[in-house]
Amino acid sequence: MRETIRFRLNGRDTTLETDGTRSLLWVLRTDLELTGAKYGCGIAECGACTVLVNGDPVRSCLYPVSQLQDADVITIEGLAQDDDLHPLQEEFAERGAFQCGYCTPGMILEAYSLLTKNQRPTRSEISSGMDGNLCRCGAHKRILEAIEAAAARL
Amino acid sequence: MNRNDLGPMAVDRRDFLKFTGGGIAVAVTLKDASLLSEAMEQQRGYPTDFNAYVRVGEDGRVSVFSGKIEMGQGGETSQAQMAAEELRVSLDSVDMVLGDTDLCPRDSGTWGSMTTRMFGPALRAGCATAREVLLELAAERLGVATDKLQVENGVVSAVGGEGRVTYAELAKGQRIERTLDREAVLQALEDCTVMGTSPKRFDRREKVTGKAQYAGDIRLPDMLRARILRPPSHGATLTSVDTSAAEAVPGVTVVNQDGLVAVLHEDREVADRALGLIGAEFDVPEPTVNDRTIWDHIVAAAPVGRTGHEAGNLDAGAGACTKITENTYYDGYVAHATMEPHTALASVEDDRVTLWVSTQSPFGDQGRVARALEIDPSQVRVITPYVGGGFGGKASNNQALEAARLAWITRRPVQVMWTRDEEFFYDTYHSAAVVKIRSGIDPEGRIQLWDYHVYMAGTRGAEVMYDVPNAAVVSHSARGVHPFATGAWRGPGANTNIFGRESQIDIMAADAGIDPLEFRLSNATDPRLRSVLEAVAKAANWTAAPAPSGRGLGVACGLDAGTYVAHVAEVTVDESTGEVQVERMVCAQEMGVVVNPDGATMQMEGCITMGLGYALMEHIRFQGGDILDRNFDTYRIPRFSHLPEIETVLVENREMAPQGGGEPAIVCIGAVLANAVYDACGSRVFTMPFTPESVRRGMTMG
Repeated sequence: MRETIRFRLNGRDTTLETDGTRSLLWVLRTDLELTGAKYGCGIAECGACTVLVNGDPVRSCLYPVSQLQDADVITIEGLAQDDDLHPLQEEFAERGAFQCGYCTPGMILEAYSLLTKNQRPTRSEISSGMDGNLCRCGAHKRILEAIEAAAARL
Repeated sequence: MNRNDLGPMAVDRRDFLKFTGGGIAVAVTLKDASLLSEAMEQQRGYPTDFNAYVRVGEDGRVSVFSGKIEMGQGGETSQAQMAAEELRVSLDSVDMVLGDTDLCPRDSGTWGSMTTRMFGPALRAGCATAREVLLELAAERLGVATDKLQVENGVVSAVGGEGRVTYAELAKGQRIERTLDREAVLQALEDCTVMGTSPKRFDRREKVTGKAQYAGDIRLPDMLRARILRPPSHGATLTSVDTSAAEAVPGVTVVNQDGLVAVLHEDREVADRALGLIGAEFDVPEPTVNDRTIWDHIVAAAPVGRTGHEAGNLDAGAGACTKITENTYYDGYVAHATMEPHTALASVEDDRVTLWVSTQSPFGDQGRVARALEIDPSQVRVITPYVGGGFGGKASNNQALEAARLAWITRRPVQVMWTRDEEFFYDTYHSAAVVKIRSGIDPEGRIQLWDYHVYMAGTRGAEVMYDVPNAAVVSHSARGVHPFATGAWRGPGANTNIFGRESQIDIMAADAGIDPLEFRLSNATDPRLRSVLEAVAKAANWTAAPAPSGRGLGVACGLDAGTYVAHVAEVTVDESTGEVQVERMVCAQEMGVVVNPDGATMQMEGCITMGLGYALMEHIRFQGGDILDRNFDTYRIPRFSHLPEIETVLVENREMAPQGGGEPAIVCIGAVLANAVYDACGSRVFTMPFTPESVRRGMTMG
């Protein structure tokens, strides 16, 4: 059923006229031309499609756009301010906390939300907070270190 | 050097002349390159015509064309380092062009830890040649002999004299193609200033901002996204299909041609729904084998063995032993489970098709697509964007054939991105395999007998490694054994073979009552092997104790892709549940000259983390051709909560050219964890992955 959905996307007012049952992931990737959120599993098990809705990490592959009414959506494309990377992005980049990079947008947004709620997390709090985000290359060690380093700067 | 001689290679099949704009392009053929021969012997099937292409643009920027691809291993950066070193330009001025079949030299594929080890020498020689061409041009320009010239950061200047000219100035207005048949002199390893350092990865900014493009991120006007009808099980055949309901969905295109049944729509989710509207019936064969009976099947199906290594006499060896032990080791099917599923976008224009593919083998895909469409390979261009993980799984790319066929039929750009279900179903798994070892020691704890049989894992990693006077290594293989496709999986076969070998070594050490590290050192003279064992022992503060010591410490070592590795693991085992938690992993690796130490370290960390999966939790369950694990809800891979402390040591060896780094540190993980589990609780596991149940069972038997 077609609906009019108004929300903020990376700080900009956005209006969609579309079937509200469509998933946020494919609407982002198709209609909104933002491909930073990745398809990984389609059942909210891997975290590659993670974006922030009102500050909370959601698995966009199972998130119907009808729920976005008046929401604030942040994707990886909206994290840097102009050319200035967010400290999390800087730490991921400088510490090599990625390899293939496919899970990276989801990892960074998951970590962003985690640090919003807990500014000085312990290693084990980071580890359990990130446990739903999968990485196959085995960059986990550096991802934890990057999040710790970013937390120290925020 | 043949001045202005457009030798045959300069315009060979890659059509190097197509470059627009000015600049100096150098194509290199290494005909008698002795530095490559050993590597080529090691790897059958690698192209014999190593080529490397380099272009210096009028702006002074250097483009390096490589058939290798970037899938996370950092090869983009390390290749640029090798190029910058030989060209003597700054790393910042190098642009890599990777995996484009129209532009790059032919390459068999990015696998086998071969980029640095095998393509590296060709790339370096190509860049050294380009440097010599530029020096000759500078000599003419400056009126100074080449041996009186020096070059630094792309600026050629006369030694102790007047006159300087930049690469950019030399390239201006030029359109020179040169071919060299001789070897240019490579920079001596001890003089290297770019190789051996750890610059930040080229792909870092794109990958943290979401700008990095993967095959699924490429969009073309009028592009359709396809979903394809799949059988419920491998070996099933389609008996009837009804697409009428799918055809009734507005905007959906249905293709039903030569066994390819697909629905296409601009919106992926409409295609998903339309696929569900297809009525289809399949003939499904009765399952004959499953994940519990597979090993008996494998041993029965692969009776014929080929002896790879033989020394002494097995009977004599058995006679010299006071303790002989015979064990069988089992390994299951393991999925690649890359985060990015197999993806391809195909676009047809006239009689040419261009594809963007998530592939480890762009040239292989080019040939396969050409055959599928019955056109010439020159009509097919494969472009490789960033690849979201490979590990061997993206050597095979049926999604590219599917996208090409659908684009050819519909005459519209078509993207095929496999679902996770398709990804698991069509994966070319790490092969299930069996290793049987009979071995023994004399009263002094010297290994006298090694009778080794591997079924369906091949001989990679099956070297004896230790000094055994009486040994045979026999590999049993046959075709058609597996109920579905198998293929190379990071360190193919070696994970299985080394699990067998290093477990068996530990069992003998325990039989002899000798500390497992000391047992290894006393049976090994290979200096590179000893150096990594000693390095890892030092880093881990190893203290000698026969296993099981209750400490949960294990050791294992191996050789892969020319690189030696040794590991120490520390685990805790919950004795009531059999649950294994890996606390600490220490790894020492000797890989010759290290091109990028931080990049090599990342690969070691990645190998160790990924290896926890095949050792402790990953295997595909199946019933006949039906795959029972099709997503991450039941197929578990390593997560943050599994992560141990990881320490890595690179053991220096400046005498040896750079060796492989993408796989070696994974091949011992099963073995070192099995040995650590035994040391913790006395439970010896013989099957990977070692589940809590099997660890517990081993405790009661132990």
